[in-house]
Amino acid sequence: MTDYLLLLIGTVLVNNFVLVQFLGLCPFMGVSSKTETAIGMSFATTFVMTLASLLSYLVNTYILTPLSLEYLTTMSFILVIAVVVQFTEMVVHKTSANLYRLLGIFLPLITTNCAVLGVTLLNIYEQHNFFESLVYGFGAAVGFSLVLVMFSAMREKLANADIPKPFQGSAIAMITAGLMSLAFMGFSGLVKI
Amino acid sequence: MMSLLIAILLIGLMSAFFGGLLGYASVRFKVESDPLVDQIDELLPQTQCGQCGYPGCRPYAEAVSNGEEINKCAPGGDSTIKKIADLMGVEAPSLDENHEQDAGPKVAFIIEEDCIGCTKCIQACPVDAIIGAAKQMHTIISDECTGCDLCVAPCPVDCIEMRPIPQTTKNWQWDLNKIPVVEIDQVKS
Repeated sequence: MTDYLLLLIGTVLVNNFVLVQFLGLCPFMGVSSKTETAIGMSFATTFVMTLASLLSYLVNTYILTPLSLEYLTTMSFILVIAVVVQFTEMVVHKTSANLYRLLGIFLPLITTNCAVLGVTLLNIYEQHNFFESLVYGFGAAVGFSLVLVMFSAMREKLANADIPKPFQGSAIAMITAGLMSLAFMGFSGLVKI
Repeated sequence: MMSLLIAILLIGLMSAFFGGLLGYASVRFKVESDPLVDQIDELLPQTQCGQCGYPGCRPYAEAVSNGEEINKCAPGGDSTIKKIADLMGVEAPSLDENHEQDAGPKVAFIIEEDCIGCTKCIQACPVDAIIGAAKQMHTIISDECTGCDLCVAPCPVDCIEMRPIPQTTKNWQWDLNKIPVVEIDQVKS
């Protein structure tokens, strides 16, 4: 139990996917201009990441490894992720119109979020078991959501701040992201895995 | 060779399985949508550029069916507006000003083969940027031309056209003075 908790904290804070491992930077910069959309993106990504890491573990363990086709992991995981995303979109569209309006446009974007593919591949490289994969996927998604929402809140504040002309817009956002990344480096050594 | 075939077969089977799953899901979870939205969506260029202020072509199509202006699609241009106007049975408005492509600075250019040397454009030019004489071919000193358009109308053979100036580092407006440099004491007071 403690192991799983440590793994979760380790993925959320110490090895944060966005700010420490630099995966999934596109949605991090792209959908962080408003907190509301950032929260929508966070929920959608959390759901897809957890489900994708679970499914890709199953595909790898029960299909690819017995046939010794490990070199197909990247390709088949992309397939799995794309299917999970599409399927989720359809189900959400059918079951909840409100949720669909909130998440709708972000769901297809997740397919190209490299953090999702990163999570599934890292699961294999680190040789996680079923539950570890689940926790790792969920932790990565929580870490992503945490920094995305924090970053979007900062950007909303920045929109009203008195920023010198050359730094306005993306420039100050990049600098802020860099500073956040530096801050997250401070977590290294918090958990030893 | 055998493992290669297995790999191809496996990927094929997995794709077929997932494809079937999605196909089933698309039927099982089909959502009835407004047919008008579908029709408008088909007319839009599907660039998903967001220049209309909506997060994609489909949200804009939905907004149009709910009474949003139909002239906000810059990539589609006038032809798309006309098609949507036909579909909705309304008058086709011109492209929204905010979404028109930025014209940028231009200079006049005389197509010299067509010039008949009538000197009418020389009289029209307010800055004497056109040189030439009667029955002689004219040309434009592009450094002097202000791009005022006044010479285009008088030309009897329509051999003057306005050409955009390509942007280079020399003519880019740097606006360096616009960066506010103020003393901190003044800001505080």
